[in-house]
Amino acid sequence: MSSILKVENVTMQFGGVVAVDNLNLEVNEGEIVALIGPNGAGKTTAFNVITGVYQPTNGAVWFQGDKIVENHPQGKMKKLYKGEEAGSYTHVLAPTPDKITQLGMARTFQNIRLWKSQTVFDNVLIAMHCRTHTNFLAASFRMNHREEQEQRERVAQLLETVGLYDVKDELATSLPYGKQRRLEIARALATDPKLLLLDEPAAGMNPQETQELTAFIGQIRRDFHMTVFLIEHHMDLVMDISDRIYVLDFGKLIAQGTPEEIQNNNRVIDAYLGVVEDA
Amino acid sequence: MITTRKKTNLISLLLVAAMLVLVIVLDQVIQPTDSMSMLLKVLQKGSIYALAAVSMNLLNGFTGLFSLGHAGFMLIGAYTYAILTIPSEARDVVYQYYDAAIRLSFPEVLGNAMGPAGTLLGVVLAIIAAGLAATLVAWLIGLPVLRLKSDYLAIATLGFAEVVRAVFQWGKLGPVTNGSNPLKSFVRINSFQLKLGGTTISLTTFVPVLLATVCIALIVLLVNSTYGRSFKAIRDDEVAAEAMGINLARHKIMSFCISSFFAGVSGAGMAMVLGIAQASNFKSAMTYEILLMVVLGGIGSISGSCIGAMLFIAASEWWLRGLDSGNFLGINAPGIFRNGFRLVVFSVIIMIVVLFFRKGIMGDRELPDLFKKRARKEGAGK
Repeated sequence: MSSILKVENVTMQFGGVVAVDNLNLEVNEGEIVALIGPNGAGKTTAFNVITGVYQPTNGAVWFQGDKIVENHPQGKMKKLYKGEEAGSYTHVLAPTPDKITQLGMARTFQNIRLWKSQTVFDNVLIAMHCRTHTNFLAASFRMNHREEQEQRERVAQLLETVGLYDVKDELATSLPYGKQRRLEIARALATDPKLLLLDEPAAGMNPQETQELTAFIGQIRRDFHMTVFLIEHHMDLVMDISDRIYVLDFGKLIAQGTPEEIQNNNRVIDAYLGVVEDA
Repeated sequence: MITTRKKTNLISLLLVAAMLVLVIVLDQVIQPTDSMSMLLKVLQKGSIYALAAVSMNLLNGFTGLFSLGHAGFMLIGAYTYAILTIPSEARDVVYQYYDAAIRLSFPEVLGNAMGPAGTLLGVVLAIIAAGLAATLVAWLIGLPVLRLKSDYLAIATLGFAEVVRAVFQWGKLGPVTNGSNPLKSFVRINSFQLKLGGTTISLTTFVPVLLATVCIALIVLLVNSTYGRSFKAIRDDEVAAEAMGINLARHKIMSFCISSFFAGVSGAGMAMVLGIAQASNFKSAMTYEILLMVVLGGIGSISGSCIGAMLFIAASEWWLRGLDSGNFLGINAPGIFRNGFRLVVFSVIIMIVVLFFRKGIMGDRELPDLFKKRARKEGAGK
């Protein structure tokens, strides 16, 4: 198995606060990997660094064998830097999120961010825009007719696979919560990614919806041969589907391993339940 | 589903064609002395304003960039058009205080070479040049300004428009812009006539309506293309749009430049309708008027902007005229109906419209949507 995503010595510091401290992790092709941790552990920050929303203070991110993000403390940060000194980086590579998506990494959001005024169908269709090769003039005069027809067919197919075809003409926001989550995942899939990043896909779901989602993520992996990297709080979902788990606490990686190993790891239990102080 | 879309497209095309024919007919039937001649004036000015409103809607309504620089771009368009179409013998009269620097007239040069068709081509080229000049300036100004968001963008573009106006009135630029004096004697709408045998068909109203129709059709095509859809995505959620691979900087500047192109064209149209290009006409009040049309018609609705523009122009130029001149709806009260009273009534009407049509007249729907809704309801009833 080859590594598709590699996070190397990533530290993210906001002012004096170190949100992620020297994070190292790897996701292999075809795997489902979870990143867990208590509230405020820095999971979403790590995601935002990987997808280009934030520029890390130090460290690098590799995707499909290429270094896509790199930074080192500079300027005012040189003095302020409180994270671990790790690696020696000299370049600055800071692509915008859209570049990273075009490289083949797609994400969903913790708080659903669908395009509210658009229908379910259009939400997915717009996500395919980043794969079009026409300029605006050709597109205006419908010279991309064939490409667009192809895209429409692909959207229909994708919606069929995720089970949203019957609501394709509804407004995205009129869907029930669970379906909105599904649509967000379908939209991410429409950008034709190699790696799917899910930020708390089961947030706010009841146990039944969570179960459906677990099955859905398994289905995506099978149907699309997708590698999935997810953040989650629902332990049963994480333990069910993950091949490997990374545990983050106060910005630091405290454990990694298979679900069984994590369940029996004392540091993880301490992080989640708190340490009993000796009286 | 595809067949119904084709059918709607065909019906819209036929309606637009019918409208254009009707305009030509009205142009012949209504004499300048008729009381209905105001209708033609409203159609001429309204169609140009409709184009301006639609181009502003492309930016403010579809891409969600709140920009108030429209008057500036229209001014650039109007001047570019005027400078490039003033015939050479009129140049020295127009530039009475300066020595005209640009002595090129597109319609004249091409007209001499190719006859009447060349004159027409020259005018079209001058209009396109007007759009391109506005686009170029928009691109330059957009690079720094589009990093700003919402109100800050509005302030920056508003300031830009004022700067443009001041620059065009600057005496040192007199040889090009004629300083604060107006440019005139260029090709205007009543220069367009069609001679068929012995009869002359006036195209005075047809030309601006056609110009606006063609440009608005182009904007509609753009809005319904994959680029238009991604503009809407940027409006709805910028973060999600960027995460789905839409390059924000590129799409924003694209929308800004296209909007400015059509603003420049509408500026040229304005010069053609008014027969005069003067910087002091393009005040920020003009931007607000256009913004008002967009808001009245519905932000994010192209047909709404057209309706808004036509209603606004008709109300302010025609229906409410009497409020200023002492006689309104048969009531003769020069004491109340004097200069300025029109604006009071107008403001009240706008307030009422805004109160009762919160999202404008059309909301974010288009005209065909209204019929679609009704058809669906009838289908559900059966």
